[in-house]
Amino acid sequence: MNTAHSVALHHHKDYTGSKIGIWLFLMTEVLLFGGMFLLYAVYRSNYAEDFHAAANELDTLVGTVNTMILLTSSLTMALSIAGIHHGNRKLAIIMLILTVIFGGWFMVNKYFEWGAKIAHGIYPGSEVLGHHPKGELIFFGLYFTMTGLHGVHVIVGMILLTVMIFKVLNQPRKKFEFVDGMGLERVLGGKFIVKGKDGGEVWSSDELDDSVQSVKIDVKYWPVKKRFRIADFNQLENSGLYWHIVDIIWIFLFPLFYLIT
Amino acid sequence: MGNHVITADTAAGASETNFYHVKSRWSGLAAWIFSTDHKRIGLMYLFLMLSFFAVGVTLGFLLRMELIAPGRNIMSAQTYNSVFTVHGVIMIFLFVIPGMSASLGNFFLPLQIGAKDVMFPRLNLLSWWLFLIGSILAVTSLFAGGGAPDTGWTFYAPYSIRTGTNVTLAAFAVLVLGFSSILTGLNFVTTVHRMRAPGMGFFRLPLFTWSLYATGWIQVIATPVVGITLVLIMVERTLGIGVFDPAKGGDPILYQHLFWIYSHPAVYIMILPAMGAVSEMISVHSRRAIFGYKFIAMSSVAIALFGSLVWAHHMSVSGNSVVANFIFSLLTMIVAIPSAVKIFNWVATLYKGSIALETPMLFALQFIFQFMIAGLTGMMIGVLSVDVHVHDTYFIVAHFHYTMFGGMVMAMFGAMHHWFPKMFGRMFHQLPSKIGWFLIFVGFNTLYLPMFILGWQGMPRRYYDYLPEYQNLQVLSTVGSWILIVGIIIMIANLLHSLKHGHACTVNDPWGGGRTLEWSVPSPPPLENFDEIPTITRDAYHAERTGAR
Repeated sequence: MNTAHSVALHHHKDYTGSKIGIWLFLMTEVLLFGGMFLLYAVYRSNYAEDFHAAANELDTLVGTVNTMILLTSSLTMALSIAGIHHGNRKLAIIMLILTVIFGGWFMVNKYFEWGAKIAHGIYPGSEVLGHHPKGELIFFGLYFTMTGLHGVHVIVGMILLTVMIFKVLNQPRKKFEFVDGMGLERVLGGKFIVKGKDGGEVWSSDELDDSVQSVKIDVKYWPVKKRFRIADFNQLENSGLYWHIVDIIWIFLFPLFYLIT
Repeated sequence: MGNHVITADTAAGASETNFYHVKSRWSGLAAWIFSTDHKRIGLMYLFLMLSFFAVGVTLGFLLRMELIAPGRNIMSAQTYNSVFTVHGVIMIFLFVIPGMSASLGNFFLPLQIGAKDVMFPRLNLLSWWLFLIGSILAVTSLFAGGGAPDTGWTFYAPYSIRTGTNVTLAAFAVLVLGFSSILTGLNFVTTVHRMRAPGMGFFRLPLFTWSLYATGWIQVIATPVVGITLVLIMVERTLGIGVFDPAKGGDPILYQHLFWIYSHPAVYIMILPAMGAVSEMISVHSRRAIFGYKFIAMSSVAIALFGSLVWAHHMSVSGNSVVANFIFSLLTMIVAIPSAVKIFNWVATLYKGSIALETPMLFALQFIFQFMIAGLTGMMIGVLSVDVHVHDTYFIVAHFHYTMFGGMVMAMFGAMHHWFPKMFGRMFHQLPSKIGWFLIFVGFNTLYLPMFILGWQGMPRRYYDYLPEYQNLQVLSTVGSWILIVGIIIMIANLLHSLKHGHACTVNDPWGGGRTLEWSVPSPPPLENFDEIPTITRDAYHAERTGAR
């Protein structure tokens, strides 16, 4: 009993625990942006007219397109997880790649949007903006900071999802390692036997004796529909949650900056 | 899992080697800095933090030396500004905020709940690395071009936007430290939810764990806000977005709000684990089950909750509306209630206990005494009419040093003694530790009590010079700092000496009164803490057979 438990420690994963962890982390993200939304609320009530005028400078079309892109990327993200649920790894990977591409597209649009603003001399600390009313200056200060920080989150999300592509490609794979002091003594004396479909022995290892330094088991198996395990999609699902929060933040940024004209 | 029942005298897993001797694929220093073992990480935090504490004490000593006489003595006004800023930044962000929870909390949280490690061991190591990086950045900001920050640890706008000193780097350092703190909090909250031993309901958690749990929530909720605030200061300084700059239409008061939305709850991040540790010490060294367990546990949560809603009492003279000031003053008074609940329960625990005046107990009693002074003066300055009078004076300086230094740090000193045999398997030398404690007690009060009077008389904080009539008390205060420092040196030297030369102490419960789970494992604990995860059949402080007492 004791043996099984100690060995299990190194491979045991508490998926509910990791869910709690990721949700707590998402909450900190909300609070991080919350500080800036607070500033936005105060300054918008102080400089309502300036905000109104400044919002006219933003390109609603680009904003709308970007909103569509991010919303679609959330869909592909969800489909990717659904792909794993259905044992369809190919679909999962294609959808993940699409999600990353949408993220990249969003950033490209953002690049041209920011570029155009900067070309017109609208950027924090610029001379042109210095001649505008103070409220407009604050508006663009907040605009660049908030969309900038959001952009950083999109990039982090893209990196995360790219990592996930490789993880899903490598999955499902499970590695066990027994080394001295961490479970090796529990497997010594035994041996490995692989049996074929007819029940006959296909291969068996020598007995594991004192000469063994460590034992590694590398198992690869394919999930099929209704036989997936939470281990197969837990990380992907947590990454997906992060991607969705990035999307949700944009859903608030978009009307607050583009649609208040 | 077996039906292994833990009682106060069960010797579990005495056969296993302790965690210092376990071999891993790393050796030497690498076996520490790449270890995900919560015990090693806790000790690494402890070592780093005490190093920074030493730096902070040295800076504080220099401040006191400058103030020994009116006029310029050992440093210029600008140097003085930098020294008190750096003293504050190091003490607050590198020592007291992460202090107990990251170091002793890391070591003892899993032990107290019967777990083999925290929920996310690798994240735990990442937190420590972020802490290390943040502290290196903070120290760099002192020496890099531009000079050490001179804004005070609060980085108030608009001065923090305009000063030519290294505020950007210091703010970035605090951001990184904040991220480390968030990850620790997140880890602990999840650990308490998911990794309690079977049978350990929430109301069977030891009180130190309860306080770490409440602290974890504040870390997760409040820290992101200061993170974004400091990002805004950095962006403001580098790009000039104008949100805190009145010249560009921004409002510096909003900076104060955002800053204190974090930094007031941060006070409770510091003090709650200290209170938790005091609960443990009082219970063990008076050999009694803690009185009013549920009230102490719930008061931690209440303090965390109300403490998050009082930030604007730092801004009573910043031009808030009367209504806002009134509400924040009222909420401040409410925080006093759960704090007092704790004090009453500690005192009630002492009543009819068989009190052993061991060094940890002396520190715990000192904590109660000094925390009462801190709390009562806190209520005085929570009252608007008084606060307007003493705002930004030495009264405030004395008050918060009584809270953080006289409270949190004393509890930490006590806890370091209390858990010393558990952590290192050796007992510290008794007599020097008591001499050290006595000098700390006398020195601390000689140093900070005169500041209450100075502040009441109108001595403003953060000035390197003062009027001649304040000199007597200033000198008294400086002499106190010497006594205090001698006491701290004796204490630390004694602990360091005891690491190698203290009596070996391998029994599970060296104090003879430990009832929580960490006293049921060998000292030092084995790598995975528990041979078998224990099944809990009793409350945290009640010995099973004797029943409640």
